Amino acid sequence: MSEFTRAEACAVAIAETFRGDGELLVSPIGTLPSIGARLAKLTFEPDLLLTDGVAYLLANVLPVGGAKGPEPIVEGWMPYRTVFDMLWAGRRHVMMGATQIDRFGNQNIACIGDPKQPKAQLLGMRGGPGNTLNHPTSYWVPNHSRRSFVPQVDVVTGVGYDRAAALGPIASRFHEIRRVVSNLGVFDFDTPDHAMRVVSLHRGVRVEDVVDATGFELVIPDDLSETRAPTDEELKLMREVIDPDGIGSKEVRV
Amino acid sequence: MSEREVVAELRDGMTLGIGGWGSRRKPMSLVREILRSPVKDLTLVSYGGPDVGLLCAFGKVRKVVYGFVSLDSIPLEPHFRNARQAGAIEAVEFDEGMLQWGLYAAASRLPFLPTRAGLGSDVMKLNPGLKLVRSPYEDGEELVAMPALTLDVALIHMNRADEGGNGQCLGPDPFFDDLFCMAARRRFMSCEQIVPTRELLREGSVHSLKINRMGVDGVIEAPGGAHFTECPPDYGRDEEFQREYAASAGDPDSWNAFKSRYLELASEKDYQEAVKRR
Repeated sequence: MSEFTRAEACAVAIAETFRGDGELLVSPIGTLPSIGARLAKLTFEPDLLLTDGVAYLLANVLPVGGAKGPEPIVEGWMPYRTVFDMLWAGRRHVMMGATQIDRFGNQNIACIGDPKQPKAQLLGMRGGPGNTLNHPTSYWVPNHSRRSFVPQVDVVTGVGYDRAAALGPIASRFHEIRRVVSNLGVFDFDTPDHAMRVVSLHRGVRVEDVVDATGFELVIPDDLSETRAPTDEELKLMREVIDPDGIGSKEVRV
Repeated sequence: MSEREVVAELRDGMTLGIGGWGSRRKPMSLVREILRSPVKDLTLVSYGGPDVGLLCAFGKVRKVVYGFVSLDSIPLEPHFRNARQAGAIEAVEFDEGMLQWGLYAAASRLPFLPTRAGLGSDVMKLNPGLKLVRSPYEDGEELVAMPALTLDVALIHMNRADEGGNGQCLGPDPFFDDLFCMAARRRFMSCEQIVPTRELLREGSVHSLKINRMGVDGVIEAPGGAHFTECPPDYGRDEEFQREYAASAGDPDSWNAFKSRYLELASEKDYQEAVKRR
């Protein structure tokens, strides 16, 4: 097995969140999510629908960040209005960022502090409320800390499991927070009360590192595994085809 | 029409819808003309970018209705952030799909459209006026009744248009500009170039003609009018200028310097020349 970076481990963990999605529009927000989604498409999920980041669906995989690659093969048109149509139809899996995320997967990308006059204005609600109630949503948090993994988010943009449960079975029937991938590990909500659970830790990360960097109690199973290492084929694809300029490593500080 | 004639129709307190998306194909020459005018207390409805940031920075805005405000390559709009963090504007924040529904409801003369988006999130808490509606059919599902976002005026920017108000988007995404026009009482479209009607199909297919003359009250020829946002295929985003714009939010001195260099000029022509000179 070859040596690999933390960013490459994260990209593989992100690719794994799309396993089983099949013919579905995947919307990865951010550099490593884009690398992970393209990696999944080039390996175990060839049927994923991916855009060029603007409005064209591409049948082939281009490198991220505008690096030189093959001629794009356009297989369809996906302007924002059609993205919303896919979203409402549930034909989509999004991976968004989260400035704050809590124990039940509530996400905040709107602002820090009092929304009337925030200490820090962020993006806004974006598609968080609609995404989380309509189709699978995953999160990518490149800076796992007590500032990002918090007991309570300041504003709920993406809906977590506790709030979805409170809505009842009808309103929440399409709600699914698939996974959270951070620079330290992989997390899901596959627990009786849907509290966040550690699925795996990236190579070199200890349980106490994650516990220290998390502002709430994580469910930690006894049989904690290491995040699957990239295969030689995956490393080759990432380094030569998907991210030849290595911009993915800029998103993860560890 | 000229930018000045459009802005002469604006009144204090109006609700203004602005087309485009983030830092993409924004009617910036019209926005810049508003900065030169005495108009104030505007309510903006926008998939927000530097249109929102600039109008906020010039104290033209009372309220912003948005799903996000972003410069795309610079995720957070720093002038909008300053206004929010100073408590200078009222924020009405929706999911970006709810915004589309609000415009579509207004365009369709409906009081609201139902949606699942918003349930369980703080959209409900931050907009206490939002009401729920129950499906009258067997399912009985409870949904958010997204109210119509009726606009006084819509401003959009297209690649080409004819004199009569038929507009052409040659770029990859028409965004929601047609809905902004349909949701508004008065609609003004700037464009890179006015062409004779018979030449509209020379550069793009019939699918590029989503804006028709029923939805437009005035056309303004504004080459470079979307600058510094992108307007493909005519030009990309002026990233260097956008960085300069973003950096000017850092402190009052930089902002004053940026303003006097580019914005406190007599006309759009002067702006375009100042941009070229730099």
